[in-house]
Amino acid sequence: MLVFLLRRLVQAIFVMIIISAISFAIQNKLGDPVQQHMSMTVSPTERAQLRQELGLNDSIVVQYWRFAKKAIHGDLGTSYYYKEPVLDVIFKKLPATVELAFCAIIIVIGIATPCGILAAIKPRNIVSRLVVALSTMGLSIPIFIVAIFLVYVFSIKLHLAPSFGRGQTTNVFGLWDSGLFSKDGLRHLILPSITLAFALMPIFVRLIRAEMMEVLQSDYIRFAWSKGLPTRRIYFIHALKNTMLPVITVGGIQAGTLVAYTILTESIFQWPGMGFLFMDAVSRVDTPLIAAYLIVVGGIFVITNTFVDLIYGLVNPTVKLANHGL
Amino acid sequence: MFISALHHLKLNHCRFFARAFLLSITTLLTCQTVSAVTLKMAFDADPVSLDPHEQLSEGTLQFSHMVFDPLVRWKQNGQIEPRLATHWKQITPTTTRFFLRKHVHFQTGNLFTAEDVAYTIRRLKRSPDFRAMFDSISSVVVINKYTVDIRSTNTNPLLLNIMTYVFPMDKVFYQGRDEIIKFGNSFASQRVSGTGPFIVQEREPGVRMVLTRNKDYWDTKSKGNVDKIILTPIKTDSTRLAALLSGDVDFIFPVSPIDIERTKNSKGIKIITLPTGRILLLHLNEKRRPEFRDVRVRRAINLAINQQLIVEKILRGYAIPAGQLSASKFLGHVDSIKPEYNLPKALELMKQAGYEKGFRVSMMAPNNRYMNDDKVAQAIAAMLGRIHITVDLKTLPKAQYFQQYDERAADIMMLGWQSDTEDSNNLFEFIIACQDAKSGLGAYNASEYCAPSINEDIKLANREMNPEKRARIMQQVEIKLHNDAAIVPLYWQYNTWAAKNNLHIESIVNDQNYPFLGDLVIDEK
Repeated sequence: MLVFLLRRLVQAIFVMIIISAISFAIQNKLGDPVQQHMSMTVSPTERAQLRQELGLNDSIVVQYWRFAKKAIHGDLGTSYYYKEPVLDVIFKKLPATVELAFCAIIIVIGIATPCGILAAIKPRNIVSRLVVALSTMGLSIPIFIVAIFLVYVFSIKLHLAPSFGRGQTTNVFGLWDSGLFSKDGLRHLILPSITLAFALMPIFVRLIRAEMMEVLQSDYIRFAWSKGLPTRRIYFIHALKNTMLPVITVGGIQAGTLVAYTILTESIFQWPGMGFLFMDAVSRVDTPLIAAYLIVVGGIFVITNTFVDLIYGLVNPTVKLANHGL
Repeated sequence: MFISALHHLKLNHCRFFARAFLLSITTLLTCQTVSAVTLKMAFDADPVSLDPHEQLSEGTLQFSHMVFDPLVRWKQNGQIEPRLATHWKQITPTTTRFFLRKHVHFQTGNLFTAEDVAYTIRRLKRSPDFRAMFDSISSVVVINKYTVDIRSTNTNPLLLNIMTYVFPMDKVFYQGRDEIIKFGNSFASQRVSGTGPFIVQEREPGVRMVLTRNKDYWDTKSKGNVDKIILTPIKTDSTRLAALLSGDVDFIFPVSPIDIERTKNSKGIKIITLPTGRILLLHLNEKRRPEFRDVRVRRAINLAINQQLIVEKILRGYAIPAGQLSASKFLGHVDSIKPEYNLPKALELMKQAGYEKGFRVSMMAPNNRYMNDDKVAQAIAAMLGRIHITVDLKTLPKAQYFQQYDERAADIMMLGWQSDTEDSNNLFEFIIACQDAKSGLGAYNASEYCAPSINEDIKLANREMNPEKRARIMQQVEIKLHNDAAIVPLYWQYNTWAAKNNLHIESIVNDQNYPFLGDLVIDEK
């Protein structure tokens, strides 16, 4: 176990170094930060001078070296726009994104699992047919159309949920501004989390259905039937457990999709989280912030996948992580 | 009010009454806060800093008009209105004396005096963003507590226009810790003391800013009744509009042209549009393309582009087709120059120039800077196709576009320009003057067109005090540009705001988009 975690740590550091190098290499293609933070009327000479002061005229290698020296001490730079250390800025926005993703995942688990199981157990049932049809549609409708539709129906027409922002937040233990503890905060969560869940749901419904159907055909399930075990025990203990193995793996990979969709969802709903921050940073050419975001997201990836592997071991004790060279 | 309560105490020597009075005032105050009028607004950007001199941008100036007061400001009819300067007098050809408003206090309680004005202008001359505009001002001399002399290096016809950018800052509060830092925190970027109608209460950059009414605001004649402003920047057009339609905010800017009709039909919502001086144009790079050095080709391109159609179809009528740089309210505007569309004539000119079969050019345009900029660019590419010019169009987000613009990376480039001084000369200086990196002249002249006579005229117009003579000089420039077909003017954009019906925004918005929120009246339901 310890060996496994250590290996993962080395892996994480390696991933982050590569990401930081890539984000530095593309920096020049993103635009000129100085131009973005000055009036159009400032003379080119003056701008050139400021570029010089910021060290933007040095070669990429020199700039990267400067960055790396500071990064070792945990300083990834200062945001041009927020004027604060980039990690502070990102971690300030992290709770909003985590809460949004959390609510979306709850919705996905709460709806996809029963729907997938139902579709597998009773394939001819009208509800399961509907579920399968809807999941096909869900896969093919772009998320921003879903979002616009939801906003139109639920905020403009019915005034049931607010159309943007995070609403009121409460501070928890002095380190977390949460929207989960007030009515206003929860109301603001409704539409964005449904949108985000909508993006992830179809794939899980279909996956659970397919896996479950396959498992139900296997020998040990037939044996369980002939042994006369109760139906509920067969479906929910014996079959479901083995169904969940690939679902968990896919879930880990889908963490990437989740990050991509939070960027979209947050931009549409003006949700003050990390994805929104990233889009904003791109439009402002806030290069230190862009680089730091990519590095942090890379780290989050490695961490979630480590967790997924650990859970894998819990669900299926025959898997020995350290032996797989993971 | 508490001060008057203390007076009460002194006069009566009766503590009981005093206490009762204080109590009644407190209840009165709490009653007022219950019925406080809150304005929730969503604009496309928020101020980048609390320092009014850090960046010359729309967001900063909107902020300055909330938390500070200018010496003078523009009225909707194009006249200048006194604010912290009550009146002024030219005493020598290069010196103007400004008389200041008395009994005005900053938010810190410091009294506003001539020292603050002198201090602010000196600081403006240090600001990288503002100093070009204040170059023409040589010195500020404090005459007495409420009088300053502003001296210009030359006669200065635009002095008052420039004074609309002077928002006196609290000298006692800022002095000694007032460095202007672009990419880092400074004292002034986090703390603020102005004389304006609102006080900053909380700010989360990019997310929201909350301001409350300055209870001691000097302008007691203002009918404005907004007690609290919550400003949320919303970048996406559709989200911003949805926020208004769902009732989450009361006031938005801008509204995309395609949404205007729909918004107009919504119950309880009104749309206000104002024509602006923001010109959109195309630069034809003569250095990159020998074809563009031929005036016949440039004229053919001008004739092949149908401004009227672009305005009608893409901007839904919310712009004015342009045949020159200066909008009609600017002195340099020439009534007789109209945008002309004549395809046969354009084809004929191309034939005469020897390009009957056309040629291939590259074009770049931004896709998130001006209203529908990418669609306009596509329409232009199609229109040029009709005179056999094949256009390879590339549209880019503004951050990358202006980097390309600086490198003059394409043969045809799109540009929008709003004159900071509300005057034609500013357009000429940046868009069409011969390039000079040091002075910044011609910084956006991506056509590489250079007529020394225009540079001379710009210099003259910067000094000429007689408005008629000045107009003639600037009109001469427009006529020359038109005759040489040096650029392709497209249209002057409209500004569009939308608000709930009970907000009287029509009297407080203006074409520069610095709404005077201190004067905003909201009818309570």
